[in-house]
Order: sequence, then C-alpha cells, then structure tokens
Amino acid sequence: MGPTLAIDEPALSLVGLRRDYGERTVLDGIGLELGRGETLLVLGPNGAGKTTLLRILATLLRPSGGEVRALGCSLPDEAWKLRGRVGLLGHEPLLYRDLSGRENLRFHANLQGLRGEAAEARIAELLAAVDMDRRADQHVAELSAGMRQRLAITRCVLHEPELLLLDEPDSNLDAEGRELARALIGPGAGRTRVVVSHDPERFEAEAQQVLRLEAGGKAVAA
Amino acid sequence: MSSSPPRLTPSRQAYVAILSKDLRAELRTLQSLPAMALFAVTTFVIFRFGLDRTQLSGSLAAGVLWATLLFAALLGVNRLFVAEREEGGFDAIRLAPIDRSVLFAAKATALFAYLAVLELVVVPIFALFFLGSAAALGPLVAVLLLADLGIAATGTLISSMAVHSRARDLLGPLVLLPLIVPLMIAATGASEPLLAAGGPGYHRFGTWLAVLSLYDLIFLLLGYAVFDFLLED
Repeated sequence: MGPTLAIDEPALSLVGLRRDYGERTVLDGIGLELGRGETLLVLGPNGAGKTTLLRILATLLRPSGGEVRALGCSLPDEAWKLRGRVGLLGHEPLLYRDLSGRENLRFHANLQGLRGEAAEARIAELLAAVDMDRRADQHVAELSAGMRQRLAITRCVLHEPELLLLDEPDSNLDAEGRELARALIGPGAGRTRVVVSHDPERFEAEAQQVLRLEAGGKAVAA
Repeated sequence: MSSSPPRLTPSRQAYVAILSKDLRAELRTLQSLPAMALFAVTTFVIFRFGLDRTQLSGSLAAGVLWATLLFAALLGVNRLFVAEREEGGFDAIRLAPIDRSVLFAAKATALFAYLAVLELVVVPIFALFFLGSAAALGPLVAVLLLADLGIAATGTLISSMAVHSRARDLLGPLVLLPLIVPLMIAATGASEPLLAAGGPGYHRFGTWLAVLSLYDLIFLLLGYAVFDFLLED
C-alpha cells in the first residue's frame, strides 16, 4: 500500500528546513505549506539556496534539519516512495550528448517504468507537443540550447509526475518554445509546481505562494 | 484525495536500459575501447624490444600479459562514469524509481564487455609476439573471464567514487591498484603453468581459479551492498 495524501494534507510541507554544506548554511528555517495543484514561486539572488531547495524536494539532497513532506512522503526516509512521482527540470537537461533526443527519452522512459508501445506513443506525443518530432533523431550534441530545453521539458513530464520542480523553466526558450512548454509544465497541467526564477513578473500571476530567499541562508516567506 | 502508490521499475528493465545506453554510446563514439587496445598493443611492442626476446614463457609471459591488460583496463575504468558525471546521468538515475544497485550491475557488465572485446583483439597479438604456439589460449579463456569479472566489479566500485573528484585520473588507480593485487597474483598464478615452455600445464590451476572466483564473489557482493550509499549526496 502506497502513501496516501489525506484530504487536508498539503502536497508540500516544510517545517524549519535547514541545509548545510560543511559549516556554511544555505537554507535556514524554511517553513511553508503548498496545496495540491498549487504553484510555489521561489525567488532570490544567486547563491540563496533556490536550487538546493529543489534538489532536496527531488530527493537528490538530504536536508540537514527540519521536516520535509512531499506528496505524503517524509524526506529523506521515504524518498524511495517519492521517486517516479517527481519531475525535475534543472540547470542541466540530463540528456546524453551522444544519443539522439528520441534515444534519450526512451532511456528515461525505461528508467521510469514505461516500455514498449506505451513508451513510444508517449514519447511521440510529447515530441509533437514541443515541436521536436522532426529533430528527435539528431544527436543532442547537434541541437541548440533551446531545442535541448524543449527535450528536457519532455523528459521532465514523460512519466506524468504529480510534482514538478522547475528551475528557470524558460531559459533558452524563444516565445514559441515558451508557449509550447506552457501546455506541458504550466499551471493548466494541474500539477503541483515549485518554480525557481529570477523573473518574478513572469510567474507571479501563476503562483499561489511566493517564497523569497535571501543570500546567506535566511529565508523570508512572502 | 489520494496519491499514486509508489512504484519501482523492474530491475531487469532498468539494467537493460543503462547497459544498452552505455554500449550504444561506446559503439558510436569509440572513446574507451580503441585507446585500451592501442595501449595494450604498444606495450607488447615495447616489451618485445625492451626484453629483446621473441619468445616468453612461464612467469615472465604471465607477468607481461597481466601487467599490460591491467593498465589497459584502467583506461576503461577511468571513463566508465564520465558521461554520468558530465551529462547529468547520476541525477537522472537517482530520480528514477529503481534499485540503484542496478547501476552497479549495468556498469560492471559494460566494463566486463569492454575487457572481453579488448582481450579478443590483443591476446592473439600477444600470442603472435611472444608464444611459440596458440595451445595455451583455450584454457587461458577461463582465467581471463574470471579476472575480467573481478576487474569489472572492483573497477566499477572505485570508479563511481573517484569520478566525483577533480583528481579522478589519479585517485582511481591509486585506490584500485592495491585492491586488485590479490586478483593479479591469482591471475598470473593460474596463467604461469598454461604459458610454460613446452606446452600448457595445470599445476595448481584449479586452486588459482578458486581464488579468482572467491575474489569476484566478494567484490560483486560488496558492490551490490554499498553502491546505494555511494550514490547518496
């Protein structure tokens, strides 16, 4: 039996979250609750811990202190239950340069438990959604940064995650790319989202909550 | 309101995905195997002229063969996790609902395959350079396969740790070589009678094969047991 999210339980709950790198505290005393299907916008200058927060929620980093619950799973103890239900779009596209876009997506689909015709159909659907179906068989090394970002977005939603963790999701995308991406990772997709951005105007209207992080590890919830 | 139950991708599916990705990338880029083969052949040439001998036998032949294969293998070990580190593969695998020991199994299999292909090319060249006949090559296959398994298990374990260091080209061999000494002693011990002048012999051959098998078993189990912790932040 898997973890169930009680009706009144938030999709995301942080209480006194702290993360240290050696003696340097990057996140200190973060607390918030985010409901299912809502968007949290995380703002802050470089080095304020925005990416660290995303990596903790993605189960890639362990918190140094405090309580973290995501989709009913307590981190880090129940991280294994959360994996496969989270989509991370980070600074790196997580794509192998020597494989084609389609081969990369097939690899990720297989890791996420999709296979065979179901995987191929899902990959084709997503490639068409970001207008990459004609370039999907080119090696990733030959693609522009914008095209890699489109592929990274398809990789991020390939397994239909419930929680999206998006670090500067618009980076390298042109206006058309942003519009196409919006259909997959925008608020209309109905997923709980944590969006990190330097551009508050771009995402503020979509966000139910805004978390402002200050340089030096302190956080101020807005 | 309820959420999806946790799911775990079948290990076999994840294993095949990682292994086929690695083999496809190697076939496409040829970043490891040609360098390993070129290193081995060049070393044989240097031994041939350096020792000024057209024929080797016994312990000297075994030493030349295994020293060359070991250092050629290091080239493959050093590159085993480079794509994972530089292109985000570690994160992709850590995000997936898989048993992380699958990564160890797939990488060790890929390294084993590289070593087997390397030996398919360079061991006949070794025989051509240094052996009077090819009679030893048949029984030598068992020694090669068991030693490859040990190098693959130990190499994968050490490479996964060293790849995160900026000094990985130094750190990998520095940690790996002492660990692999018992394997090399057993491999040369098993090969020595096979490469004896006058034809292959089998003195203590079975004992050395048992030592090789024990070494393989220990490091395969160790890798399976600790690999999950090595991938933690």
